[in-house]
Amino acid sequence: MNIKSIIANRVAKEFEDGNLVNLGIGLPTLVANYVPDDIEVTFQSENGFIGMGQAPEVGKENPNLVNAGAQFTTTTPGAAFFDSSISFSIIRGGHLDFTVLGALQVDEKGNLANWMIPGKMVPGMGGAMDLVTGAKKVIVAMTHTAKGNIKIKKECTLPFTAKGQVNLIVTEMAVLEVTENGLLLKELGPNVTVEDVIKNTEAELIIPENIGRFY
Amino acid sequence: MKKIKNINEAIEYIKPGMTIMIGGFLGVGSPEVMIDKMIENKIDNLTLIANDTSFPGVNYGKLVEHKLIKKVYTSHIGTNPESGRQMHSGEMEIVLTPQGTLVEQIRSAGAGLGGVITPTGLGTVVEEGKQLIEIDNKKYIIEKPLKADVAILRGAKVDKKGNVYYDLSARNFNPIMAMAADIVIVEADEIVEVGEINPNDVMTPHIFVDIIVKGGK
Repeated sequence: MNIKSIIANRVAKEFEDGNLVNLGIGLPTLVANYVPDDIEVTFQSENGFIGMGQAPEVGKENPNLVNAGAQFTTTTPGAAFFDSSISFSIIRGGHLDFTVLGALQVDEKGNLANWMIPGKMVPGMGGAMDLVTGAKKVIVAMTHTAKGNIKIKKECTLPFTAKGQVNLIVTEMAVLEVTENGLLLKELGPNVTVEDVIKNTEAELIIPENIGRFY
Repeated sequence: MKKIKNINEAIEYIKPGMTIMIGGFLGVGSPEVMIDKMIENKIDNLTLIANDTSFPGVNYGKLVEHKLIKKVYTSHIGTNPESGRQMHSGEMEIVLTPQGTLVEQIRSAGAGLGGVITPTGLGTVVEEGKQLIEIDNKKYIIEKPLKADVAILRGAKVDKKGNVYYDLSARNFNPIMAMAADIVIVEADEIVEVGEINPNDVMTPHIFVDIIVKGGK
C-alpha cells in the first residue's frame, strides 16, 4: 500500500455508521475508498448535495453532476440536492460529523493553515474556513512532511484557515490527537518509531506509555 | 408581462460599471450565451460577485481574460491563473470571502436582513477590519449584505412566467442570487409552457425573475 492509501485507510476507521462526511480535494478524496463495508457513511459535496458516489464510467458523465473540484461524479441511492445556502447551513450548523482536509501547516493548538502562502499562492479559502469551523470533528490527512519540510509546528507561520479547530492529524507516520495539553501521540504508522515521529515534528508531543499501531 | 427576450434585448440591461452576480460553481450552472454576448459587446469595468472565477476559457472565467472585471467578490480564484495574475499586478481587486459567508451575504441582501453574523473566519485575516459581536458568550464576525444591479443565472427548465427548475449540482448559487439583484436574467436550457413545471418542483418562484433568455443547449 502506498503512503496516501495508508493515510486514507486509517482516516476511514474514524467513521461510524450513519455519519455525514465532507472530504477535501486531493488525498482526502481517497478516504471514500476505505469505508468499512459494515457501516453506512454519506458524503457531502459542498457545491450542493449529499450522497456523492464514485467517479462515473467513461461516457456516462453528466455535466450538471460534479464535485466541489468540478470533476464528474455520481450519486448513491437516497442522495439529495440543494442550493449553496443549505449546503453551508449543513456545514456551519453542526450537521456534519467529519471534515477531512489537507494542510500546509498544522500546530499543537489545533490551528490549521491550508489556504494561502503570502506572495506566492493565493487561491482563496473556498469552503475550507466554514468546514473547519462548523464540522463536529476536523481531521487533517496529509503526508507527515513536505519534501523534508516540517508541517506539524509549534505554531503555524502561514495565515490560519481557522483557530483551534483541528481534532486529529493522520499521517503515514502517526495519529496525533489535539488535546488541551498539546499533541498526543496515539498511534504509530508501519515501521515507524517514536524517535522518527519526534524528528519529523516541530510541535511538542505527549508520549503515553502505550502507543497503538496502525498496520 | 412578457419576460422572454432575445439576446440583443437582454444584453441592454447590462451596462459598464455595474455590479453583477453570476450563478454557478466553477462554471457549472452558469449562463453561457449571456457571457459570450458581454464579451462581444465589451461591457467592462464590472464588479463581479460569483463563487469563483471559473477556469481559463470557461464561462465567466472568460470575462477575467478579456479584462472586463475591475473587482470581484469571491471565495476562490485558484482554478483561473489569470485572476491571480491580475490580482498581483493590481489590475483587478479581489475580495476573498469564505464560501458559506459569501452565499449568506447574498441571501441576506435578498431577504432584507442587515447582514450575516458568522463564526467562520474568527482568528484569521477574514476578521480584519470587521466588526465583531458577542452573543450568548460566543464571538462572531458581522458581514454586510451583498446586492447587485443584475444577476445572470441559468436554469434547466424555465416556464414562460419565469418559474425555474435547476438540474442537480447546477443549482448552487443560482436561487440565492435570484433574490439579490435589481434585475434578474435567467438563461434557460429549455423554455416550457406555464404549468409544465410542477408547482412543487419550482426552485425559484417567477416573481424573482425579470427576463428569460433562451440558452444555447
